[in-house]
Amino acid sequence: MAIRFPIFMDAQSTTPCDPRVVEAMLPYFTEKFGHPASRNHPFGWEAEAACDEARAKIARLIGARDPKEIIFTSGGTESINLAIKGVAEMYREKGTHIVTTAIEQRAGIDTCKRLERQGFQVTYVPVQPNGLVDVEDIRRAITDRTILISVMFANNEIGTIQDIAAIGRLAKERGIIFHTDATQAVGKIPVDVEAMGIDLLSCTAHLIYGPKGVGALYVRRKGPRVRLAPLIDGGGHERGMRSGTLPVPLCVGFGRAAEICREVMAEESARLRALRDRLQDTILSNVEETYLNGDPERRLPHNLNVSFAYVEGESILMGLNREVALSSGSACTSATLEPSYVIAALGASSELAHSSIRFSLHRFNTEEEVDFVARRTIEVVRRLREMSPLYELAKEGVDLKSIQWKAE
Amino acid sequence: MAYSEKVVDHYNNPRNVGSFPKDTPYVGTGLVGAPECGDVMKLQIKVNPATGVIEDAKFKTFGCGSAIASSSLATEWLKGKTLAEAAKIKNTDIVNELKLPPVKIHCSVLAEDAIKAALADYQAKYGAPAAAGAATT
Repeated sequence: MAIRFPIFMDAQSTTPCDPRVVEAMLPYFTEKFGHPASRNHPFGWEAEAACDEARAKIARLIGARDPKEIIFTSGGTESINLAIKGVAEMYREKGTHIVTTAIEQRAGIDTCKRLERQGFQVTYVPVQPNGLVDVEDIRRAITDRTILISVMFANNEIGTIQDIAAIGRLAKERGIIFHTDATQAVGKIPVDVEAMGIDLLSCTAHLIYGPKGVGALYVRRKGPRVRLAPLIDGGGHERGMRSGTLPVPLCVGFGRAAEICREVMAEESARLRALRDRLQDTILSNVEETYLNGDPERRLPHNLNVSFAYVEGESILMGLNREVALSSGSACTSATLEPSYVIAALGASSELAHSSIRFSLHRFNTEEEVDFVARRTIEVVRRLREMSPLYELAKEGVDLKSIQWKAE
Repeated sequence: MAYSEKVVDHYNNPRNVGSFPKDTPYVGTGLVGAPECGDVMKLQIKVNPATGVIEDAKFKTFGCGSAIASSSLATEWLKGKTLAEAAKIKNTDIVNELKLPPVKIHCSVLAEDAIKAALADYQAKYGAPAAAGAATT
């Protein structure tokens, strides 16, 4: 089969809408345009029913007992903000301490930073060199003032999957609310809020082949009943936690995307894992001094993150970007001009953070694409090493750490 | 971010990549930047000791596409210049030529530093030739 260029292998940043999702959404733009909060006519009833059906599909995907526990938001970032700030404000009388990790997505980290400025205390539990949090470190971080534990389910850069069930048990034991940012995990690997003791869960549609602009927050109603202070005041929609007219077509698309993911998860994750392993094996066996970032086993099946010593990440992307879309943890590709804090948190030298590349596969990638990407990546890295002064020094046997670098 | 055509050209067809053999005389070498900052440039000049003219230049760069382009361009400009003329190359010249966006200005600064370091290394080894004048800052 002929490859269509450019190849998209950046599926942890976003995914294309599944055509079945678009099909489900279309009627809700035109003929079924009602406001779900219009209680007194069929347009409203139809829209409300569609949103509730979408809620039920999302609830099923994450093992929630009751569709009412699904609150629609504008996306993962809003869900994370609502979960953390909502708990902080609501339970402030009880305590002002939050436990989270050093590798949360920016929405989690920055929300916690803001709360710190407002008088909260936050512990950022470090990760081990394999990217996994030691649950005992979380236990040790808990104080009698802790009101929230917030730990991401699977990491957006290195794909590592935390022991969420163990953290859920710990949270129950200590009577602390447990939030997980599951934006990268939902729809890809089994997630079960009941079995895993999750009280709040953030997810988003556009990472599961749904539309951009809609996310969800699971808010537990029983054992315990979690209450949140809203970020947005208004008509009291979404059980008062998130006012605003629901974007019905987006909600319907999210529901359909969740339904498809649930149906195909077992088959799809096995297929993507095989493709990912093929990509990983080809690259690691053909390029020396290439390091896998994150635990080799406890990792999302569609994620591969590697550091190519002696070459800078953006320069690799530049060599590939007409043919392949990837992302890098290098400073030059970030808005902040800082290298990836996630790779840095693994204890790797920041040089390796600058050299990291993330490959993330999706539903529509093929074996031909994987083989092409592996081959071109190897070529580009080899070419760049030939022009790298670090590679030259290392080949001469110079220990790069022995050099007094003159940084600006 | 979209790259300027000139950056893409230098990235795809870098000029003067390489290193002079270790024992080559009349070579000045500058090594600037740091791996943990994501940019390291090695820039070498080979000088005619009689005239003070740079006859050849080479570079190797660890860094983003703009860093590679900045150092590639620098080697192109250095060839045929006297040491004194070379000392006058400014990072802003590189920014203008490559149309670097603000976030990439540090790449041009590093290239200017690399030129200065190579000149200083040459002068430390061989002294300033008459033609070069007093090119110290």
